[in-house]
Amino acid sequence: MEETIRFEINGKKSEMLLDPTLTLLWVLRNKFGLTGTKYGCGLGFCGACTVLLEQEAVRSCMLPVSDASNKKIVTIEGLAHNGNLHPVQKAFIEHDALQCGYCTPGMIMNAVGLLLKNPEPSQQEVIKGMEGNLCRCGAHVRIIKAIQSAGKEMKGGK
Amino acid sequence: MKKTVTNANESWKSQDLSGMKRRDFFKLLGGGIFIFFQPWDPFELFDLQTQQRRSLPTEFNAFLQIAEDGRVNCYTGKIEMGQGAITSLVQIMADELEVPFEKVKMVMGDTDLCPWDGGTSGSNTIRTFSPRMRVAAAEAKTVLMQLGSDYLHVPVSQLQVKDGIISDIKNNKSKVSYGELAKGKSIEKHLDGKPELKDYAKFKYVGKPYLHQDARIKVTGEAKYSADIHLPGLLHARILRPPSHGAKLLTADVSEAENIKGIQVVRDGDLVAVLSDDRDKVDQAITKVKAEYSYDEIKVDDKSIFDRILKADSKANVVESNGDIETGKKNSDIITESEFYNSYVAHAPIEPHAATAVIEGDKINVWVSTQAPFRAQETIAREMNIPLEKVRIITPFVGGGFGGKSPHAQAVEAVKLAKITGKPVVVAWTRREEFFYDTFRPAAVVRITSGMDKTGRITFWDFNTYYAGSRGSETIYDVPNARTTNYSGGSVHPFGTGAWRAPGNNTNTFARESHINIMASKAGIDPLDFRLKNLKDEKMIAVLKAAADKFGYTPARNPSGRGYGIACGTDVGTLVAHIAEVRVDKNTGKVQVVRVACAQDMGLCVNPQGTTIQMEGCITMGIGYALTEEIQFQGGDIRNHSFDTYEIPRFSWVPKIDTVIIDRKDQVPHGGGEPAIICMGAVIANAVFDSTGARLFQLPMTPERILAAIKNT
Repeated sequence: MEETIRFEINGKKSEMLLDPTLTLLWVLRNKFGLTGTKYGCGLGFCGACTVLLEQEAVRSCMLPVSDASNKKIVTIEGLAHNGNLHPVQKAFIEHDALQCGYCTPGMIMNAVGLLLKNPEPSQQEVIKGMEGNLCRCGAHVRIIKAIQSAGKEMKGGK
Repeated sequence: MKKTVTNANESWKSQDLSGMKRRDFFKLLGGGIFIFFQPWDPFELFDLQTQQRRSLPTEFNAFLQIAEDGRVNCYTGKIEMGQGAITSLVQIMADELEVPFEKVKMVMGDTDLCPWDGGTSGSNTIRTFSPRMRVAAAEAKTVLMQLGSDYLHVPVSQLQVKDGIISDIKNNKSKVSYGELAKGKSIEKHLDGKPELKDYAKFKYVGKPYLHQDARIKVTGEAKYSADIHLPGLLHARILRPPSHGAKLLTADVSEAENIKGIQVVRDGDLVAVLSDDRDKVDQAITKVKAEYSYDEIKVDDKSIFDRILKADSKANVVESNGDIETGKKNSDIITESEFYNSYVAHAPIEPHAATAVIEGDKINVWVSTQAPFRAQETIAREMNIPLEKVRIITPFVGGGFGGKSPHAQAVEAVKLAKITGKPVVVAWTRREEFFYDTFRPAAVVRITSGMDKTGRITFWDFNTYYAGSRGSETIYDVPNARTTNYSGGSVHPFGTGAWRAPGNNTNTFARESHINIMASKAGIDPLDFRLKNLKDEKMIAVLKAAADKFGYTPARNPSGRGYGIACGTDVGTLVAHIAEVRVDKNTGKVQVVRVACAQDMGLCVNPQGTTIQMEGCITMGIGYALTEEIQFQGGDIRNHSFDTYEIPRFSWVPKIDTVIIDRKDQVPHGGGEPAIICMGAVIANAVFDSTGARLFQLPMTPERILAAIKNT
């Protein structure tokens, strides 16, 4: 029943013998200790578990780990390089685009996925792209501004 | 002022300090200067009795430490759940002590390190806790100046302090740091007086905008929440849940679950759980447990609940009364009666309740997602029949609370399972469990009868609130004959209810401010003018005018077709006024809130940035209960299981938000986490009326209800 799953998580390669039906969310959290990826609803409704799979934002709570085998995964812990934050992370701090912080990793990963597809989204495009990510504290207006400013910075090649 | 100056070698009073002997306590924290204080007047302490039942010291419930390295640590049982106390408390402390902002650290929500605290709720952290913390900081500075005077051989009057360094005004080479002064000392002081506080005009940090100090670790995923604790041998648990509140477990067949490899089944009375080192495995295994329940059908649902509320065997409590209602009626030309309803509303934090428990020897350590760590400690000690000091609650970051994280059943579950299995256990509720066990904002009814004369002056006001709670029910208008009655008691709700951000006030303000607009329309007066005509409170008049200015409001009788709404109110000492613009799709009944201007007077504003964010958060969250949020239920069966049927605000719902803070530096600070949410029901209902002429008497204002109201106009 178990099979070898090959991972490339945040640039690091590894393999593990796993039940292929386990969800990527709990494998990341429990087998790799990457607890920045959060459980929010387990049904893909809230986006707290969002990670990048081959540069695309996906809901890790809905993804069997076998679907992630041999694919590049980036979690919130893998965005910064050598202590330098990703422009989206920086923009979230500068715009104070969070309160309790629990939805924040999913928001950031979804935003990074969005900017990879559309580097300079309009406000309406940001709203559309983020619509499936829920925040209960109400940081929405700031998140929209943060994503737009990060997009501009990334386009400027910084 | 009671002063105790001792050194570490003397024997300490054998007094229990949050489960630790003082000796252990100082060993743990090191030396330095300690100032113990209580965050509020003990006579006003709402749960003084609970506190006194404990064997803990009652003379303080927080303290600050000037450590030997010059850092300042403030230990408090308050917690950080996004409201920003971790930032604003530091601003206050840094200013009063004159130390750099970066040198101050809040140590929060750990029952071993922090003294007893009733919990983080009611916007109390800044309005009742911080004033005492300021006094403690001022006292610490007095102590340090005296020590500095002794050290430098210069009178205190000849000393100055900047950034934690005391120096001689006449010779700035003669100086000493707080850290040097604290070195090797164990000075303890208990506050019961009022040292001189710093003049607000000299504040360097207070009143300036500060970004969330915890933001960096929250954007990198480093910030830990209660389900993120890694412990060797950790087991994930799922617990068998009843289909309905009030259901009793008759039989549970666990044989199929037990046969799954790697699954451990635990039965302890009604507690049936499956555990494994894999969360996915327990998610699957719990579905294999077959159970039978018995329960009496409770014949109430989300439609009949209002009838049940009005017919309940409730107790009437007159909250406020002045003049005489009958006299008021005689002096009235127009009498208005209305009845308002609101449904049960969920807290729905994105982090569901979670707890991780580990038993080490005879000590239980539990990381809990809670607003009230000390209450969790009491519950666990009681349930496990062990002394309080054998339970340590650690509160990491809390992923949203809003009043819903004061209950902590998940912590008891984790502890019981850790005890039975002998291994660390994490209980992290599913979203469905979170909805099922939430303590909802109660469904409620408000009945108002009021009168006015021909000029639009209110002659009487009879306000009756049923099961909402009394907060925010008092008349804010200048009415000669007014009575407010709060009805409560008896068994009404088929499941748990509790405090929900500004408890009671959302319902009461929705009713009052909607009713005021109904009266204004009848009088043919613009609703802002009608309010100004009937208000005496200068502060309320000022916030209304500030909101109107920000919005660019021009007066008009309602309905004007513009879709403008207005509402105002008070909560936890703070005054707020909102003006909103909405667009209503008359074919679908869907409402889009286009923009909201909000003005707030909270006295002294410690952190304008944090305050603005709380106001934005309140406005955004409030759109949910105004438009969509409503628990659907049949008896004790909660029909909402996730965010598909229970819709909370999304990005596309969010309006343009403009905020104004009326900062009153010479006054004490009031609450900031809740006030700006209270007007959201009324401001949108009034805007919908202004747009369509349809009056909504029930929250949430779903498309169906809006279409029905439009049809009735």
